[in-house]
Amino acid sequence: MSSQLKPPVSQADHEQGTAAASIEIVEYGDFQCSYCGAAYLVIKKIQQVFGNQIRFVFRNFPLTEVHPQATIAATAAEAAAQQHKYWEMHDLIYENQAELNEGFLYQLAEQLGLETTKFEKDMQDQSIQAKIESDFESGMRSGVSGTPTFFVNGEKFDGGAEDLFDMLKENAA
Amino acid sequence: MLQKGTKAPEFELSSGDGENISLQDFKGKNLIMAFYPADWSPVCSDEMALFNEMLKYFSKYEAVLVGVSVDSKWCHQAFSKSRNLHFPLLADFEPKGEISKKYGVYDEKEGTSDRALFVIDKEGVIAWSYLSPVGTNPGADGILEALENLTSKNNYV
Repeated sequence: MSSQLKPPVSQADHEQGTAAASIEIVEYGDFQCSYCGAAYLVIKKIQQVFGNQIRFVFRNFPLTEVHPQATIAATAAEAAAQQHKYWEMHDLIYENQAELNEGFLYQLAEQLGLETTKFEKDMQDQSIQAKIESDFESGMRSGVSGTPTFFVNGEKFDGGAEDLFDMLKENAA
Repeated sequence: MLQKGTKAPEFELSSGDGENISLQDFKGKNLIMAFYPADWSPVCSDEMALFNEMLKYFSKYEAVLVGVSVDSKWCHQAFSKSRNLHFPLLADFEPKGEISKKYGVYDEKEGTSDRALFVIDKEGVIAWSYLSPVGTNPGADGILEALENLTSKNNYV
């Protein structure tokens, strides 16, 4: 179906790299999805190999009925973002995916040196829930068909993270 | 496959929770019919698990969803339970594929339904249909667009 990213990347998104990068990768992901956990490592490799050519954006697409911890994990990452530690939390969650539960997320917050009272308050913040839902809805409109789904320079990419890596290597060769 | 503007063929099929469900039950609502090849495809790319998360967005357009495959109601029941599905799965099981054939979305070679989507309006007329390439999960953007068109059409009439 539609293969265009809607809406395009904006200030509301969490990004690594700059808008000047030639390759923009947007992932719709779920923190409890094991395929996303595997993709996390591949994205790291892509970032290592292609460096500042890559701008990477992560949008939330929690499949809560099959992954009961997905939304709370997304909330924790967004709450960490309020203290400028989005990517640190994002990475820690994927690196410890098997341990995922609410208590563990608070441990991670502590490990990151987040201010506890503020983190706890942000975990309950309705505007964070609204952000997660708006990510999800944008994924629906963009034709996300499961997690992870990638968009490269605004076009839906038909394949997983390894396929994406292969495509980038081929184009660079 | 049946196209936009065609009257949707009647059906009466049993669901995973043992109820019989017919097209008539959806009169006055928009109905999304998602035909799919089989229960139990891998979780994260599973179309039914995906649509299950979207029910509240569909309901904004007064739309409800049913899934249809040739699996039996017992298979549907187990599948539905394992994925926490909150919409009915219909068993096009006996005679096998009869309804899928009526909608023009039966794969004779594989003996399963195709992966296909229909949006049927409140009067039982097909407003949009889409046949997905084999092995590709279609996502919900086409459904949403069709529902939006239906809603704006009604506003202008």
